[in-house]
Amino acid sequence: MDKQKRIPIIPLKQKLFTVGVLVVVLSLYAAASIFTGSSPARFMNGIPEMFNFIINDLIPPNWSYYERVFPALLETWNIALLSTSLAVVFSLPISFLAAGNINKKLWLYHPVRFALNVLRTIPDMILAVMFVAIVGLGALAGVYALFFFSLGILIKLISETVEAIDPGPLEAIRATGGNILQIIWFGALPQILPQYVSYSLYVLEINVRASLVLGFVGAGGIGLILKQQMSLFNYGNIAMIIFITFIGVTIIDTLSTSLRKRLV
Amino acid sequence: MIEFRNVSLTYPNGHQGLKNINLSINDGEFVVIVGLSGAGKSTLIRSINQMVKPTAGELLIGGENTLKYSDRKLRQFRRNIGMIFQNYNLVKRSSVLRNVLAGRLGHTGTLRSILSLFSQADVRLALESLERVGIADKAYQRADQLSGGQQQRVSIARALTQQPKLILADEPVASLDPPTSHAVMKDLKRINQEDNITMIVNLHAIDLSMQYADRIIGLRNGEVVFDGPAASVSEKTFEDIYGRPIKEDDLVGDVSNG
Repeated sequence: MDKQKRIPIIPLKQKLFTVGVLVVVLSLYAAASIFTGSSPARFMNGIPEMFNFIINDLIPPNWSYYERVFPALLETWNIALLSTSLAVVFSLPISFLAAGNINKKLWLYHPVRFALNVLRTIPDMILAVMFVAIVGLGALAGVYALFFFSLGILIKLISETVEAIDPGPLEAIRATGGNILQIIWFGALPQILPQYVSYSLYVLEINVRASLVLGFVGAGGIGLILKQQMSLFNYGNIAMIIFITFIGVTIIDTLSTSLRKRLV
Repeated sequence: MIEFRNVSLTYPNGHQGLKNINLSINDGEFVVIVGLSGAGKSTLIRSINQMVKPTAGELLIGGENTLKYSDRKLRQFRRNIGMIFQNYNLVKRSSVLRNVLAGRLGHTGTLRSILSLFSQADVRLALESLERVGIADKAYQRADQLSGGQQQRVSIARALTQQPKLILADEPVASLDPPTSHAVMKDLKRINQEDNITMIVNLHAIDLSMQYADRIIGLRNGEVVFDGPAASVSEKTFEDIYGRPIKEDDLVGDVSNG
């Protein structure tokens, strides 16, 4: 018995692993910094320029420009609302197909999961460009893009909620002779209802912000006029757009967050 | 009549849950299955309604080998079997009445059930079931607002609403205190006698088994090691089934007026 031997608090293996992870993360950071040509010094130098831009160019906003901004913001909101509502309806049945504890048919489960993974790899911007090409410039392209975008997110979130529910009630309904739809409706749905509503509101928040940007590629809404004014270097108008957008998004987020808190 | 003929069940991980079971259970019997945890009580009870499917042998009910049933036939067959679980398995966020109405799902079309278009006869039946277990006044409360004993009564009412020929109860009182345990066992016994519903109950408490069973079946390591009328059973029998001396923990306590 060698009592002198030090008893480590963290085993050597685990220490080496932690150090290894740190080294990898740091070298990734270094690589990113070199390849993008950015450095902490350049980042710091940019800060005063940012303030100059805000003070000299953005202030004061062109207050009377609200006449153009307001309808555009409304369009953005409508795009977000419509696409989210459609996605909320369509995501529910697909979510159950994508939940392993409900859909036990592997030949169906795996293709559904695969299709969803593919769908989620497409960024919202690419979807928007695609749909602008398909249905033309305007809000409709934005609705389509955000519909598919939110479908991906919602199904992911809801199917994982379904997979985490208490299996007891499902078993009980199965034991009464209920079929799969009855198991879902009576056993699973009541259990996920609060999260379902909460996620839907959360995706609505995401979509309001996403639809602001979609206008840049011609999919309607406030992004469209933001892009126009930026190419005209019309900073007073841009400031007004940013201001109204900020207020609009804050109101929507606050309402939605307080609603969600009450649900779960 | 339920007949097990050389029924075995091997789980996918290789564990043998049941080994060559041969049993026949008559209509209207109150059978208690005893054994230590892991002895195969749950597996035996669940293989009757095929919540787990035996891998060998024949399971005859009314002369038909139920292991050969198609999915559809199996669902129809399950309609006539009520099941009661240790953890009640109620949908906690739903009302008591809605939980009890789940007992009618097997008899209600999918679309009708999803739209909650249960017939008035079904709703009345559900309320009657709740009345029989003494909690009709809780019908519109959420299931999670009830005590454990009340929740187990809701699950009994759900089973009753199926108007079953057979009720399977898997450790129905293991989560309850002694007086409530006796009350729930009395409910089961009463239903067995009044409706002549065959009752197959898993228990590990010796005194409860002896008090309420007509017949006791002992399991150890997936095998039947005892089968006889409750009257013929003594503590010695249990020591043989358990393969060890009886301990204080094996008794619920004699609070028979609970």
